[in-house]
Amino acid sequence: MPPTPAAATSQGPAWDFSDVTHSDASLRRFLHGLPGVDQVGADARAASLGTRSIKTTAKAYALDLAIRMVDLTTLEGQDTHGKVRALAAKAMRPDPADPTCPATAAVCVYPDMVATAKDVLGDSGVNVAAVATAFPSGRAALDIKLADTRDAVEAGADEIDMVIDRGAFLSGRYLQVFEEIVAVKEACARPDGQSAHLKVIFETGELQTYDNVRRVSWLGMMAGAHFIKTSTGKVQPAATLPVTMVMLQAVRDFREATGQMVGVKPAGGIRTSKDAIKYLVVVNEVAGPDWLDPDWFRFGASTLLNELLMQRTKMTTGRYSGPDYFTLD
Amino acid sequence: MTFEYAPAPESRSIVDIKASYGLFINGEFVDGRGTSFKTISPSTEEVLSEIAEADEADVDLAVKAARRAHARVWGRMPGRERAKYLYRIARIIQERGRELAVLESIDNGKPIKESRDVDVPVAAAHFFYYAGWADKLEYAGYGDRSLGVAAQVIPWNFPLLMLAWKIAPALAAGNTVVLKPAETTPLTALLFAEICQQADLPPGVVNIITGAGATGQALVSHTDVDKVAFTGSTEVGKAIARAVAGTDKKVTLELGGKAANIVFDDAPIDQAVEGIVDGIFFNQGHVCCAGSRLLVQESVADDVLERLKRRMSTLRMGDPLDKNTDIGAINSGEQLKRIRELSEVGDAEGAERWEVACDLPTKGFWFPPTLFTGVTQAHRIAREEVFGPVLSVLTFRTPAEAVEKANNTPYGLSAGVWTDKGSLILKMASQLRAGVVWANTFNKFDPTSPFGGYKESGYGREGGRHGLEGYLRTPHESAR
Repeated sequence: MPPTPAAATSQGPAWDFSDVTHSDASLRRFLHGLPGVDQVGADARAASLGTRSIKTTAKAYALDLAIRMVDLTTLEGQDTHGKVRALAAKAMRPDPADPTCPATAAVCVYPDMVATAKDVLGDSGVNVAAVATAFPSGRAALDIKLADTRDAVEAGADEIDMVIDRGAFLSGRYLQVFEEIVAVKEACARPDGQSAHLKVIFETGELQTYDNVRRVSWLGMMAGAHFIKTSTGKVQPAATLPVTMVMLQAVRDFREATGQMVGVKPAGGIRTSKDAIKYLVVVNEVAGPDWLDPDWFRFGASTLLNELLMQRTKMTTGRYSGPDYFTLD
Repeated sequence: MTFEYAPAPESRSIVDIKASYGLFINGEFVDGRGTSFKTISPSTEEVLSEIAEADEADVDLAVKAARRAHARVWGRMPGRERAKYLYRIARIIQERGRELAVLESIDNGKPIKESRDVDVPVAAAHFFYYAGWADKLEYAGYGDRSLGVAAQVIPWNFPLLMLAWKIAPALAAGNTVVLKPAETTPLTALLFAEICQQADLPPGVVNIITGAGATGQALVSHTDVDKVAFTGSTEVGKAIARAVAGTDKKVTLELGGKAANIVFDDAPIDQAVEGIVDGIFFNQGHVCCAGSRLLVQESVADDVLERLKRRMSTLRMGDPLDKNTDIGAINSGEQLKRIRELSEVGDAEGAERWEVACDLPTKGFWFPPTLFTGVTQAHRIAREEVFGPVLSVLTFRTPAEAVEKANNTPYGLSAGVWTDKGSLILKMASQLRAGVVWANTFNKFDPTSPFGGYKESGYGREGGRHGLEGYLRTPHESAR
């Protein structure tokens, strides 16, 4: 386990990791000293949580919470301003027929679409998240990644979803990954002294092992991530329940050690309400109810939202309606 | 607002519990001559049904029916034909799986998620597995001649699954059986009798007789049984061993345990915590191979305990039929009394009790998930089988000390080892005197894997190729 901080409380200062984060060797010692993750056992635990039966009032609560946690996403070469405006409108009023339906947490777009999204969303409370740092591969020089980030922040992004350099991580250059995250976090600063929130995407489908997921989660948290995020959605497999569970264990342990809470965002591949509810069960029983809040847990998704809306309508009317009754963007 | 899981009860409407049940002898239900008794639901104390008691004459009838069926039909039937019946039974168990699971949870008190996901599918798997052996006995290495009539007495903790462990290999090997389920949990065995009828199993091949200790004693002492198979307490197992001493009955006994679940400092801690929970709280701890002694390396003991307590606090206790229930009811008032008594001994001997804070239902038999710290080898709760959701936590410093403590028990049924180091797993497995050693998992049951004990945990193996040995006449015995 990580060193137990002497004075960490929920109000106290962040644990000082400087003795861990000063070199590849010290980072390696720390990350490889974390308890291992047994893949068979982790898969079995996630599957067992997936058998929870969430019905009636619990389901209604979970559906509304899941809608509020959605980062409604479009990340395509064919994106246009019109498409982004439509998506932003949908994020504010996911179900135009039902004013009690909550808004999503954010819309997630490429940096050049941030201004368009911001224009529609204004002060609606729905945030604009921008992917940056040569998304999705992360294969660019650091100054280009930082320029990409600054560009998105200047355009008004409230949240930055960066990707790490998976090649560097897999070849053991942990310090490089750490320093890149720190540098991107600095680039998130706005002139008014505020700062865009930083989500760090690990692309766990490329890191593959659960040991790697646990290590990279700690690396990201020590570097100051506000959120740790599974995937870009461009690599298969994207988010999985056991990977998300391992990350939730990491944020839980990080809070135990430092008093600091970090959010988790699974992204990609979560398409059904049933799946979303399984994730919420894992959040509830692994990290704890404190994380059942859009400030601390998000879904990166696009098609999931309509599925949630259909189930929500079914809960309130007792009837299923067809996809034609929900907007496409 | 918090995420409160709404009740999600499995419907009871699928089961049809009759007001009374007779004995299943020679393919039909007949009245018993003994004093009938009631079976109740341990979660509500509701009376479920009136069950016939078999007296000595009934036992004799059942054994005679089994003898006749063995001599005339089952013992002569080619293995490939016997296999067809076993496959048919296995499929019917699957088809009626929900019915069996609901009935098991009502009668036994175990959570529906366990009866649905473990008891019933593993029971079906045992029939499928041994169906495959029926026509291949000559390759198993134990001869291919059946023994004759098997007298089988099973416990209340896994009523249907223990029935499958007993009946499937016996029938595959060409034996006929008289089986007595535990008096607190007879209903799934009686439903299994209906399944035998549905499968057109020839009359007398499977006989189910109900009753308490006296019925079991009459069964195992009957002069015309060739084999006695018992799963239950060490005390009763010893009595059976004495009763059959001097006869030529073959015996297998699967008795108590006090398994060590050993967690090394390099273990995958989160999964080890899951394994500790599965090891002792699975089936309310009513598991003979339960990991009731946690041996944790001192250097990680505080961390493991903190995680374990946090995890235990998320266990959901209550209605066994609710699909979100993790911990069901204690099987009987008698067992609850024993668990309470031994826990009080733990308090009196100075161990520190910690239990999950939860409201216990007012009706039925309940005991919260509990652990004792500060336990040493000298404590009774570290030596005696509690057979309930009570974990004793001990620590060790070196692998040698772990082995020494783990083996320092009259039992030897199972053990668990948690470490990331493969070589340490192999070393521990070869030094632990336990019939089953799980590595980085616990309480996993598979029909292909033999199960059984050392020392006071009994003898003989059930499951796997080895499970056939107890039901076949070896070539040497055949020559006699």
